[in-house]
Amino acid sequence: MAANSFHPLEALLRERIVVLDGAMGTMIQDYKLSEQDYRGKRFASWKGKDLKGSLELLNLTRSQVVEEIHAAYLDAGADIIETNTFSGTTIGLHDFLFQGEPTRGRKDQEFFQRVLDNVDLRALVHEINFDAAKIALHVADRFANETGRRRFVGGSMGPLPVAGSISPDVNDPAFRAVSFDQLRQTYFDQAEALLEGGVDLLIIETIFDTLNGKAALFAIIDAFEKTGRRVPLMISGTVIDKSGRNLSGQTVEASLISLAHAQPLILGLNCSLGPDEMESFVEELARISPYYMSAYPNAGLPDALSPTGFPETAETFAPKVAKWAENGWLNMVGGCCGTTPDHIRALAKLVRQFPPHVIRGTISYA
Amino acid sequence: MILRLSGLEALNITPEFGFVVIGERTNITGSPKFSKLILAGDFEGALAVARQQVQGGANLLDVNMDEGMIDSEAAMVRFLNLIGSEPEITRIPIVIDSSKWTVIEAGLKCVQGKAVVNSISLKNGEEEFLRQARLIRQYGAATIVMAFDERGQADDRQRKIDICSRAYDLLTKQADFPASDIIFDPNILTIATGLEEHRNYAVDFIEATRWIKNNLPGARVSGGVSNISFSFRGNNTVREAMHAAFLFHAIRAGLDMGIVNAGQLAVYEEIEPELRERVEDVLLNRRDDATERLVDFAENVRAKDKTRVADEAWRAEPVEGRLKHALIKGIVDYIDADTEEARQKCKRPLDVIEGPLMAGMSVVGDLFGAGKMFLPQVVKSARVMKKAVAYLMPFMEAEKSAGARPQGRIVMATVKGDVHDIGKNIVGVVLQCNNYDVVDLGVMVPAAKILETAREKNADAIGLSGLITPSLDEMVHVAQEMEREGFRLPLLIGGATTSRAHTAVKIAPHYGASTVHVLDASRAVGVVNSLLKEELRSEFDKKTRQEYERLRQEHAAKTKKKKLLTLKAARANRTPIDWSSYVPPKPEILGARVYASHLGSAGCQPVVAGNLPATSGDESKTSGATKVQGASRQAAEMNRLAACAPQNVSLRTLIEYIDWSPFFHAWELRGRYPAILDDPKIGKQAHELFDDAQELLDRIVAKNLLTPRGIHAFWPANSVGDDVDLFADDLRSEKIATFYFLRQQMQKPAGQLNHCLADYIAPKSSVSLRLASFGSASETHTLLQDYLGDERLSHTDLIREKYRGIRPAAGYPACPDHAEKRTLFDLLDAEENAGIKLTESFAMHPGASVSGLYFSHPDSKYFGVGQIGRDQVMDYAARRGEPLSAVEKRLAPNLDYSI
Repeated sequence: MAANSFHPLEALLRERIVVLDGAMGTMIQDYKLSEQDYRGKRFASWKGKDLKGSLELLNLTRSQVVEEIHAAYLDAGADIIETNTFSGTTIGLHDFLFQGEPTRGRKDQEFFQRVLDNVDLRALVHEINFDAAKIALHVADRFANETGRRRFVGGSMGPLPVAGSISPDVNDPAFRAVSFDQLRQTYFDQAEALLEGGVDLLIIETIFDTLNGKAALFAIIDAFEKTGRRVPLMISGTVIDKSGRNLSGQTVEASLISLAHAQPLILGLNCSLGPDEMESFVEELARISPYYMSAYPNAGLPDALSPTGFPETAETFAPKVAKWAENGWLNMVGGCCGTTPDHIRALAKLVRQFPPHVIRGTISYA
Repeated sequence: MILRLSGLEALNITPEFGFVVIGERTNITGSPKFSKLILAGDFEGALAVARQQVQGGANLLDVNMDEGMIDSEAAMVRFLNLIGSEPEITRIPIVIDSSKWTVIEAGLKCVQGKAVVNSISLKNGEEEFLRQARLIRQYGAATIVMAFDERGQADDRQRKIDICSRAYDLLTKQADFPASDIIFDPNILTIATGLEEHRNYAVDFIEATRWIKNNLPGARVSGGVSNISFSFRGNNTVREAMHAAFLFHAIRAGLDMGIVNAGQLAVYEEIEPELRERVEDVLLNRRDDATERLVDFAENVRAKDKTRVADEAWRAEPVEGRLKHALIKGIVDYIDADTEEARQKCKRPLDVIEGPLMAGMSVVGDLFGAGKMFLPQVVKSARVMKKAVAYLMPFMEAEKSAGARPQGRIVMATVKGDVHDIGKNIVGVVLQCNNYDVVDLGVMVPAAKILETAREKNADAIGLSGLITPSLDEMVHVAQEMEREGFRLPLLIGGATTSRAHTAVKIAPHYGASTVHVLDASRAVGVVNSLLKEELRSEFDKKTRQEYERLRQEHAAKTKKKKLLTLKAARANRTPIDWSSYVPPKPEILGARVYASHLGSAGCQPVVAGNLPATSGDESKTSGATKVQGASRQAAEMNRLAACAPQNVSLRTLIEYIDWSPFFHAWELRGRYPAILDDPKIGKQAHELFDDAQELLDRIVAKNLLTPRGIHAFWPANSVGDDVDLFADDLRSEKIATFYFLRQQMQKPAGQLNHCLADYIAPKSSVSLRLASFGSASETHTLLQDYLGDERLSHTDLIREKYRGIRPAAGYPACPDHAEKRTLFDLLDAEENAGIKLTESFAMHPGASVSGLYFSHPDSKYFGVGQIGRDQVMDYAARRGEPLSAVEKRLAPNLDYSI
């Protein structure tokens, strides 16, 4: 796919720095929606657990909110908006939407297999992802028609509450709550629905355990086969602290090597850190990666004392990220947790003047 | 191409990486200890085995659970999951090893890094092979491919090559598999089994490896080394010697990695010579009775093993020798006592480090550099070194506390991606002993951390260290970051792969403040003093900058000059000779003619039947004939000489042909003979020297001390590309030899040509060969060599600079490959006919021998081939049917790339 130089997104990446949207989750939280809002008409008589906080459900119950946020980011200058599907997997939503309980005292592979095989849950997940894609595409098309500038929809595939290579039980290091095949299955369902919904690219983001990322990529290839649709991939890992490693312990370079076989169009970093902490890793990845380079940090490290929960305002955030663009490190910028349309607007304005990063990395799959 | 793998950290296997060690002890089929632990369910113990392999220097960890008694799939998953929780082990990439695909796939589902599958093969046909390959690709792993197909295991060279090349094509063309992720295992099979058909197995493997590396770009070669010695199980001395010797030869042929017991490798250089010879006889299939001889020897070794626990002879050496031995062998047992003994002998504890310890480590470094020691062994050496330094530390501390307050603070680190710290630690110690405050950040330190610490601790200088080549780039990166963040501190660069030139060319330009390479620990104090002392700094900085500027200019000039044409482009710029209008001269004879003074005229005999009658040369005739080539004229000279020379005055006759000018040059008297004899300044000395020479010559002639012998020959020749074919006769039906020539590849100004000797030969030309030697009749022949110039056969008036054509020699600039002498000598049967032998490295013996090739075309000229590119070397090796590495070795001075 990286070789497909005719994809309009790649054409744009070669032309200028592409702008991704900002946070979805923290924006939704600003709406201060109630349990009733989350349930809407469809789940009014829902007998299960509370649904408040199940952000992806809003694609079905409050699509207006999702549309408004997409529109705000497009208006701020985003070229790409991400579907509201960050946790839209069977495993990602099981805490809200799955009624079963672990039978052996802890959530293990037996438990998650029931989650994965639950027919109702799978149907719901399909609907959520399919609709989320349609919502985003609808808004993007509207903006494209109004402005004459094409906008793209990225199908967001976020992390899961479980990790393939980390034991949640310190006393049982060989234990794994999920298997690779289960990770594949949950990601496959999501990828298939997003592809059917018509997304322009898939964004596997906030990868904190590379094995989860590998399972998602494996599933996506299967979903390409199944749906007969292939779209460009964007992979975005997350470095958890200044050690420069992800949660499962890999260095930035090691994860790049572990994921390079998927030949993504774009590869970068997001979440966990603010621009100050992320800088050296952005610099490193831009230096060694053979793919278009993206970065969309949080608005700083979470700070309970800030009104938004994150310390960086649009005025402080944008110049820091734009500096990376000025250094020639980036092809795509955006924001993660705590960023708003204001952040993106300021950023889009600043990066306009800098040429896109020229790929120098040599990890070649050609 | 780089093979990139990962555990928690990246492993980039570049062509310069060196031998990659795959730890084998976590293989249930090969390690009884590991097997016992797994069968007993003791996974903790099994993890300890894995940890020990990593600590022993394994770059990759091979995990195999193929055991009938257990659920291999479950054991693989459990063990890999456990490893995943051990950062120290999972740091390195895993090799998932099983003969069952289901076990391999289960393993692939457990590792977050980029692993290696061991292995897949064409055993069950192409379809299954491709299916597995595509899955491996989808899981994001590299793979080992066994040389196995539907017919079974490849044993000989050709089968290995056929299968590997077929697998390579399938993988790269049909499975979209990156070539750099393919590792071939061409089967290391057991030798010395007593079976005739097994005798060549090691050679087959080595040769197949060479072929794969030369012909399947990007692919690597690996092998299970311990198989080779299976016949000698129970005899570790012989087995380890076999492994070390096998690796030595296989790595030279291109073996990239091997499954070995990391931490238990013998050092090639240290194998007892007799054992090594017998082992190599077996490995290289050098003699029919090789196996018997090794078995005999092995019995002895075993008998000795029983009576003696360990060879302790080295303990009798003086302390310096013992320290060296301990470092090379990685023996820690006596290091404290030996270090103490050395400390008492030395003035200061630091002298022990800078003296015997550094000397030992430098031997280790040399052996490592020569491929005679492997990383695990170097790791062991480093441990011994560290222990010795640790022993000395308290003494040095005591010495320091007696000293004055710190002279400055230096932040030191081994850069990110590199774990080698022994050199850095020594520098740290040396600096501390000289009253510097050292902040050592350890290994694998990211640039940001170094800079942050330097700022925090208010450092006076930063020192970077690294051993592996990628560290060089990281150092550049640190320099860039220092510049970007506005640092002005001096930056010191050190470590085995660093150099003054690299620092000057690659690092210093990125950083505005002083950037200085420090060759070794002994220079550290001098450099730091010069940089930190106000009164020395500016002068030192200025000097260093000037020096580095010069290095940069030299480098720039070199790189400019180095820009080579492709072989194709160079060939297009050959010497254009219009052969249609050229009639090459016809020599008097075809074939070879031998001359030997003691044979008299009887020695004037063609040894190869020619179609022209042998005639004695007639000087006036040959010199008067305009079309006669120089070479044939010279041959005619020789003919005349030989045919007409009465038996006992032949030496006397030869003396007339001595070109005396070079003789005087050799004695550092510059001038032309005979004018030099009347030179006002040096005439007197020249005269004396000349008289001495005459006297010696008289003695030689009178006593018949020397016997000159020679052969010359003419054969019809045609050029074929850059080669020249020689034929037995004018019908050119029987090719008798081919000479392979090299072509200049340097960029030339317009109108200048890229020369190659083959350009001077056309279908109707002929090449003449000559060989002359003075066989010695007494020990004086070496003296004679000194007295006789290179032109000893040329008659001053007749020959000097006036002959047409050229007479280049193999081993000289126009034909730098000495191996061409072998072809020449075989053609002339020179050993038999002239008594001149070629040594293994193609030197002529006796030393006062000359040989050459004669080209008659008037446009032919002397030139130097100069630097040549890899494309030509590969082409040349293929034309010669020789392994690339052998050719590269001989042509090393001409290669424009490093091997």
